[in-house]
Amino acid sequence: MSLSGIISLTLALVLCPLLIGVINRIKAFFAGRLGVPLLQLYYDLAKLLRKGAVYSRTSTWLLRAGPAVGLACVLAAAALAPLGGGGALVGFEGDLILFAGLLALMRFFTVLAALDTGSSFEGMGASREVQFSALAEPALLLGLTVLATGTGSLSLNSIYSRLGAELWGKAAPALVLTALAFSVVFLTENARIPVDDPNTHLELTMIHEVMVLDHSGPDLALIQFAAALKLWVLGSLIVGVLAPVHSGLLWLDCLAALGGMLVLAVSVGVVESSMARLRLMNVPRLLLGAVVLTVLALILILR
Amino acid sequence: MGLFVVSLFCLLAGGGLALVFGRSRLWSSRFGVTGALLGSLFGLAAALRGLGSGQPWQFRLAWSIPGGSLNFGLDPLSAFFLLTLFLISGLTSIFGSKYLEAHAEHKNPGVSWFYFNVLVASMAVVFTARNALLFLVSWEIMAVSSFFLVTFEHEDPRVREAGFTYLVATHLGTAFLVLFFILLGQQAGSFEFEDMAGAGAGSAGLLFLLALVGFGSKAGIVPFHVWLPEAHPSAPSHVSALMSGVMIKTGIYGLLRAIVFLGPPPPWWGWCLVGIGLSSGILGVLFALAQHDLKRLLAYHSVENIGIIFLGLGLGLLGWQAGAMPLAVAGFAGALFHVLNHAVFKGLLFLDAGVVLQAVGRRNLDSLGGLYRRMPWTGLSFLVGAVAITGLPPLNGFISEFLIFRAGLAGAILPLRTVTITASLVIGGLALIGGLAAACFAKSFGIIFLGEPRGAVYADIHDPGPAMRLPLLVLAGLCLVLGLSAPWLLSFLGPVISTITGFEPAVVRGPLIATSAILVYVSATSAVVLALSAGFFLLRRRLLARRKVRLAVTWDCGYAAPSPRMQYTGSSFVRPLTALFQPLLAGRTQFSAPDEIFPRRGTGLVTHVPDLFRNYLYDPLFRWISRVAGQFQRLQHGNIHLYVLYIAATLFVLLIWKLGVGL
Repeated sequence: MSLSGIISLTLALVLCPLLIGVINRIKAFFAGRLGVPLLQLYYDLAKLLRKGAVYSRTSTWLLRAGPAVGLACVLAAAALAPLGGGGALVGFEGDLILFAGLLALMRFFTVLAALDTGSSFEGMGASREVQFSALAEPALLLGLTVLATGTGSLSLNSIYSRLGAELWGKAAPALVLTALAFSVVFLTENARIPVDDPNTHLELTMIHEVMVLDHSGPDLALIQFAAALKLWVLGSLIVGVLAPVHSGLLWLDCLAALGGMLVLAVSVGVVESSMARLRLMNVPRLLLGAVVLTVLALILILR
Repeated sequence: MGLFVVSLFCLLAGGGLALVFGRSRLWSSRFGVTGALLGSLFGLAAALRGLGSGQPWQFRLAWSIPGGSLNFGLDPLSAFFLLTLFLISGLTSIFGSKYLEAHAEHKNPGVSWFYFNVLVASMAVVFTARNALLFLVSWEIMAVSSFFLVTFEHEDPRVREAGFTYLVATHLGTAFLVLFFILLGQQAGSFEFEDMAGAGAGSAGLLFLLALVGFGSKAGIVPFHVWLPEAHPSAPSHVSALMSGVMIKTGIYGLLRAIVFLGPPPPWWGWCLVGIGLSSGILGVLFALAQHDLKRLLAYHSVENIGIIFLGLGLGLLGWQAGAMPLAVAGFAGALFHVLNHAVFKGLLFLDAGVVLQAVGRRNLDSLGGLYRRMPWTGLSFLVGAVAITGLPPLNGFISEFLIFRAGLAGAILPLRTVTITASLVIGGLALIGGLAAACFAKSFGIIFLGEPRGAVYADIHDPGPAMRLPLLVLAGLCLVLGLSAPWLLSFLGPVISTITGFEPAVVRGPLIATSAILVYVSATSAVVLALSAGFFLLRRRLLARRKVRLAVTWDCGYAAPSPRMQYTGSSFVRPLTALFQPLLAGRTQFSAPDEIFPRRGTGLVTHVPDLFRNYLYDPLFRWISRVAGQFQRLQHGNIHLYVLYIAATLFVLLIWKLGVGL
């Protein structure tokens, strides 16, 4: 437990809904709309937490527990993930496996909660989710392996604190490839374009949004907050690779990382405004591409 | 030692009495179960004492067979596998006591209990035998008794065929083992295990390959796995649990024992195990994805989990060879812990499958659904098993996979390039296996227990009675306990690793303690996640306490007449993945599209995914063998005179040969 860890977790908890707001504003800007307020997700969360709920008669406690387990998992994952160059709250050798495991547990319960309703829409979303995540998982773990090999350390905390100008000087191509692979994982896991469209609630094209179709009230608030936090956590892995600022000054490091997150959010907005969603059968190719990138990065870093 | 002998006695006495009292269904069952239960309890005590004290014992009785002796021994390696065996055998026998009652009208439970107890006793002897002949004899008894258990419902021709496949496969494997022990015994000059240790150095490579094929076919590695998805689903479910949970681990035990004999490994052994582990793991889970029958699906997952164990062993061997202790210890510890964990959660899942099968009477999971609300305890225990086998925190499956991942990472940062590449392959492969397993168990739990029934009509079904529920709950509880208390359990694996590798206990202890320290963090984080989950769950309940909470129909986008048949089925759920891996899962598809306004009967889609290796390797191979063997039928024409001529001719040739050698 370190001061920087507490700060980075607090920043994640407080600012993650803002990230969604930034993305939405950028998209509105590109579409020539005024757009929703920057703080819309905060308002949404506050409102949802005050509301009642509707449950499906088909469902069991899994529908109700899914959001709670999901948020608990992503919170623990956030405690393991360092923000940019700053430290994480908890760090130990091999914590990156636990990090991936927690995200997988979150996904598993989201999928089960979706299947719990017996809805064919949600079954469809769940089916796509497990397919894409099965392919995203090797990319994430191999990417982290590249970083572990490059820095010679086994915990997210020490990997990201050792990742700096020196490694960039030595193995820039490998790092770029890893960051690219992470970006694909980031877009897939957070259900963004080109894999999934967060805006199409009721069309047959989407994954994450359709799985949570039957959640309402406080459950939906938990889900939306967990999704925003997941966006932040996975984003911080990319920012940590691309902008590893280790100035020795805590406030400067944090500021640099926050700047990085802002740039990331803006670029997600730009990607979403300038690209169409991929056809579903092409998504596995994108993910396999990400795996190949990490393998290439691994070869480059071993060279 | 005394405890172990008492345990064997209880098992055999119980089995024998069950056979003798076979006419009385009540008493044969009682004797069989009591024998199995007492035997398991005494055996468990013996195993725990052997593992805890670390004091190996050995005793030997004379045997009239040349080269053979009744030589038993218990070292930490044996004790660890005995622990796994007796844990599962005890719980499955409790389950079986009620499970077999459903068959009591037309079956003699005495025979089944006799073979069950003999199977447990023979496995116990396999794990403790210190003489090659004793080992092979008990290995054979194990194979034959399990064959009779598999063919319990032999009226069904499919069960007979499965049993036959199993019998052929197990004997082909044993043939390699006979060769292995003969060659090794020849070099050692004796069939005693203590003489064999380190004797195989001369032709270690060949011996390793023999052991790999022989023991690997029992463990169910690809491509020797084809018998497994046939045999395990055909057996009664408590037997499937014992076979999948423990019996296939005799292959792992044998391989480890062989490694003890053959001494320090060259690197290619490690690569071999990693290669086999990757192919078994990935193909096992892919074949599992395509199954419609729950027990077949679980059987394929055994292939996958054996693959994961092999990945750990392979990394362990590479670390041993490279002298990298953190890698070696984490690899072996992960593999060994996964042996125990897999026994627990696979046992649990097979027992749950038995409950479902008996309650619903249908194997095809695409027609099930909504069982959770009717059998909550079964559903909950299946959920626990599913989370555990998928390798998700906080349960035991995650811990063993964590250790193997940890070994992979330790290998990845090693300055040895070959090890780094192998270790990275393991990490990528294990991640893919984990993702696919999550898909498979989201499917099996979600389709069977959640939603609404998809076609099956349930009569009055509910959770089973206490005798069948107890093992489920104990095993589910063990998944959690083993997961959270792993840091403290890990130290018991130290002596086992020392036995396999011959490292000094002190050398193993260092990395093991370091790993335990890491696992403390893992367990703590898991506990926090559990607490947070419960906290958020209670929070939302509290928030909703005074608000309007409505129950309504599942949101269906305004559709007027939703029906349960519109739900996603298991096949449609995994369709994107099976389509992606189409070349490996080439199946038969019969599709007749509805062509008129009122679809005729018989329109529909039927898919079946046969085993790749069975279809393209074994079936052609055995057809060829049978054709070649058919040529020899000419010699067999039933004419006794000619048979006598054969004998005379053979004797004549032998005589000439003998005289020729004499000259």
